[in-house]
Amino acid sequence: MSRLELIPKYPREKQIMLNVNGDEAIAYAVKQSYVDVVAAYPITPQTIIVEKFSEFVANGEVHTEFVAVESEHSAMSACVGAAAAGARAFTATSAQGLALMVEILYIASGLRLPMVLAVVNRALSAPINIHNDHADAYLMRDAGWVMLFAENVQEAYDTTIQAFKISEHPEVQLPVSVHIDGFFLSHTLENIHVLPDQAVYEFLGGPRKLAKVKVDYYDEEVDYALDPARPLSMGNLALYDYYFEMKIPQLKAMEKAVEVIKQVNEEWYQLTGRKYGNGLVDPYMVEDADIVIVAMGSSTGTIRSVVKKYREKGVKIGVLRIRSFRPFPHKDVRELLKDAKLVAVMDKAIGPGQYGALYLDIAATLYHEKNRPVLIDYVYGLGGRDLSPSMIEEMINQLLKDLERGYVPEEERFRFIGVRA
Amino acid sequence: MITEIRWHSRGGQGGWTASNLTAIAASYEGKYVQSFPAFGPERSGAPILAFTRISDEPIEIHSMIYNPDIVVVLDYTLLSPNIVSGLKPGGTIITNYTGDEEQVFKALGIKRGDYKVVLIPASKLALEILKSKITNTAMLAGLVKIGLIKLESVEKAISERFSKPVAEKNILLVKKALEEAREV
Repeated sequence: MSRLELIPKYPREKQIMLNVNGDEAIAYAVKQSYVDVVAAYPITPQTIIVEKFSEFVANGEVHTEFVAVESEHSAMSACVGAAAAGARAFTATSAQGLALMVEILYIASGLRLPMVLAVVNRALSAPINIHNDHADAYLMRDAGWVMLFAENVQEAYDTTIQAFKISEHPEVQLPVSVHIDGFFLSHTLENIHVLPDQAVYEFLGGPRKLAKVKVDYYDEEVDYALDPARPLSMGNLALYDYYFEMKIPQLKAMEKAVEVIKQVNEEWYQLTGRKYGNGLVDPYMVEDADIVIVAMGSSTGTIRSVVKKYREKGVKIGVLRIRSFRPFPHKDVRELLKDAKLVAVMDKAIGPGQYGALYLDIAATLYHEKNRPVLIDYVYGLGGRDLSPSMIEEMINQLLKDLERGYVPEEERFRFIGVRA
Repeated sequence: MITEIRWHSRGGQGGWTASNLTAIAASYEGKYVQSFPAFGPERSGAPILAFTRISDEPIEIHSMIYNPDIVVVLDYTLLSPNIVSGLKPGGTIITNYTGDEEQVFKALGIKRGDYKVVLIPASKLALEILKSKITNTAMLAGLVKIGLIKLESVEKAISERFSKPVAEKNILLVKKALEEAREV
């Protein structure tokens, strides 16, 4: 039976194949995104992004002002300054570098400054570790950034370009972070397809367009940017008289981002033939599933490859990948998980004294459902520990036993994968 | 179909580069590819692993390779029963070796016929042609020999990776290694 297939504007044969790792893919996406300012400080496993991008600068391939700062705090501060002046800004970091940025992350979002930050996810010290987990991502969870997680190198490229568009959407105007798993993606070479430069330029609508704001001493709306010709203030003092009201639009912008992420995912599909679920969530065989595994990032593919084998054996199991961690896609998650019997949530970081952050989000989302699935929190992969297919098989076999048993006692709802006894 | 390769070498011998070149060569043949090192700080001379996946379908899996179809050994001093650990039954071992094949079976702790074994006198040829002991490109001949990738793809990958004079010598090395590679 034939079915109608979309013919993208740039089908695969009109795209360019590149053999690159995740960091290089992001650097390449930034190169094509007409970025005005990059301010960054090196840290493993993010370093390749900045290295590669500074090559583009040195070769005169970009017009970008590259600021080699002395810390991540300064990197984010420089991006805030650049974005406030109307520039398209980018930076990248990992782990401790992100921790040092946190103070300014809240300022970027609070001032409603669009920009893109690539976070190459890495475990936080101590003990010191350079490998992947999601501790750094969870650290910035409430900083007011749109947070998107890529599963593979192709998606790292795609998402980086999309991030600029989402960030600069007139009704969003929020900073966006693009997350890739350290080493598992940052240092892994894959062959990907990229658009010609011009196609990216057109997709983004050229350079950054400024949002308009109403300022009481100007008759007309003015650009939201620091411009000596039209002075305005950013980051004013707002105490208990106005602070609260000034935070509400940030929440509204996040709500709006839900729609914009979906829209940009669809536009990207029309352009390239690639899309990631609806942009917010990327489900696999969830509709009739008794068991659903929820995860983020590169491990999701490994999980899906194992789940496919169980599907072939007739096991009703599916995978739900969360692509947008913030804004959290409540509506989709509720719709996709409400009929499951058992949901395993994969957390690649811990929050001592509480369940993992993703588990909490899933639990909160499902609370109001009449027939809630049983939830289990699986902590895995801390400090870069590999999640192997055999570990996943072991986990699924346990879940099948749980399903047969029909209940999971409270003390068994928090589990670890691949940790020594 | 997906083919998984594990590379054994020592830091500085170019194991990861060989893995990358293999992936790049296969990508020219329309395959989906993945290449990565066993992540960690690399120390010169220490045994290191690298991994390649080659597939007809997009590659979803992002874990290490535990049950490779093929292992490639760049440095024969690494030959030990460890090399065959996890190798799929009937899998392939491609090793740099000049000399008596019985010694290879003995070092690996296997019997003739357990696996497909391909020997390449890579060190000898690299010394002759490159005047160095870098065997990573020579070992690519083993993958050509077993029909995984085409010689022309390897030539293209090498030409794009290295400067012209270096690439020419390495291509000559691969061709010579292909002539001398033997299955035992």
